[in-house]
Order: sequence, then C-alpha cells, then structure tokens
Amino acid sequence: MTTNSPRLILSLPSDREIVISRVFNAPRQLVWDAWTRPDYVKRWFGAVGWTVPVCEIDLRPGGTYRYVMRSAEGQEVIMRGVYREVVPPQRLVSTEVFEGFSEVGYRPEDDTVSTAVLTERDGKTTWTGTILYPSKEIRDGALATPMEEGMNGSFDRLDAVLATMA
Amino acid sequence: MGASMAAQDSLGNTFAALADPTRRAILARLRQGEAPVTVLAEPFDISLPAISRHLKVLERAGLIARSRDAKWRPCRLDAAPIQEVAQWADGYRQFWEARFAKLDDLLVELQGEENKRDDDQ
Repeated sequence: MTTNSPRLILSLPSDREIVISRVFNAPRQLVWDAWTRPDYVKRWFGAVGWTVPVCEIDLRPGGTYRYVMRSAEGQEVIMRGVYREVVPPQRLVSTEVFEGFSEVGYRPEDDTVSTAVLTERDGKTTWTGTILYPSKEIRDGALATPMEEGMNGSFDRLDAVLATMA
Repeated sequence: MGASMAAQDSLGNTFAALADPTRRAILARLRQGEAPVTVLAEPFDISLPAISRHLKVLERAGLIARSRDAKWRPCRLDAAPIQEVAQWADGYRQFWEARFAKLDDLLVELQGEENKRDDDQ
C-alpha cells in the first residue's frame, strides 16, 4: 500500500502554509517549461483520472492563468489566478483561486499565494512550492480536499502497474 | 460512493476510539504484545468494569481483537484501522505524488525529443 516517493517532501512550516518539495530528473529550463507551457501543463497537471481540457497562460507579471480540470465523470474544477513575479526559469509567484470554492465571501486580501522556486544541481531540478493561505481553516481544508482523489489515484496506479504485468 | 461513506464511518469510529487518553495508553501497552484485562488495568486508577468498557470501544472500532477461546481472553492490537488513518492523513501527499509521476513521464519524453533533435543536427 505504500507508494510514497522519498523525493517528495511535504511540510507545514506555519499554520497558513503548505510546502511541497520534489526533485525532478531534468534540467531546470525543462521543468519550468512543463509548469508554464499550456501544451505541457495539459499533459500532466490533471493527476490521475482528471484531464485539463483548457489551460490559458499569460506568463508575465499581472498576466492571468486559467486551468479547467475535468474528472472522468465530467465534474469540473477551475483554478485561476494572476502572476505576481515571473523570473524564468527560477521563480514564479501567483495568486490562486478555485472557482466555486474560494469565491464565497472572496476579498482580494484573502488571496492564496503560491510561490514556486526552482534550483538546478547536477542536471536535476528541485522544485519547491509554498502555498500561503489566508487562514489556517482554509489551509486545513485544502489539505483535506484531495483525499478521495489521492486514494483513488493510488488504486488507479496499481491497476496501471498490474496491466503492464499482464 | 457507498464504499467511500463506509470508509469515512469507520474512520470516525477509529478517531472516536483514539480520542481517549486511557484507550491510547491501552493500545500503547498492546504494542508490546497481547495481554489480559487484569494486566491492562494495572497502570490505571480505575475499576476493571471501566477498563472493560474502554476495551469494548476499542474492539468495536476494530483496533483490538479478543480471543474467544483462551481462559483469560487476552487482547491484541489490530493495526489496520490505524493504517487507514495514516492513509487518510497522507491523501494530500498522494495527490501530488500522482501528479508528479505524470510530470516525470513528460520530462523523460521531452528530454528524449531534445536528444533526438541534437542527434539530427
């Protein structure tokens, strides 16, 4: 049942933050492209059982992005925001809103802010994402939300592995 | 959906059972091996019936099993529900693991394409 990769580090350094760090076996420019080019984002960001039929990215400070994620059952989750800092291929700061979730009682000062930092060493890239939430309650809600997908995802991956063994 | 609701219900039972410090202490003791009620009661300043009530809660939550046959009906730990709790808490990590596994595949593919272009030149 354990599917944990030792390369992913998840930490909660404060009540309002989630930090994820992961090493990718690729140069920094390529990892940056995979995160910021719509044709690439569409191919991996949907996680297991989800596609990304729409991905719009205007990659400049003040520019906006909008991702539509769709489940196999047709459920849609829309994530969008505004870029605050764009420093290719090392730093990307943006706001993050999930339509239908965080818009209830939305105030601009309540923005969730996502900061990604990429560093390269020996041809490998460490991607560190810090998500700062407006409150502990919203942070905890975000931690709990992907539970179902995470569990289903691990079973889907098991199915995929079993299929290759057949 | 039904299976998922059932899973949440059993998680609820596990959390409720683990919410009490006496019950957690009993589980900690059982990590050393099975033990009869009298032995489990020793560290606590409460009555045997009270300990038995705690054991019933743990048993209903599936956290312990009690032998039906042996004279002393020793209790032993069943770790499965605790693993379920750990898995629940690990959902966010698994979500990102799944996403990054796909990103790994994409990066491998993109590097393959780059190498191929370099070869062609």
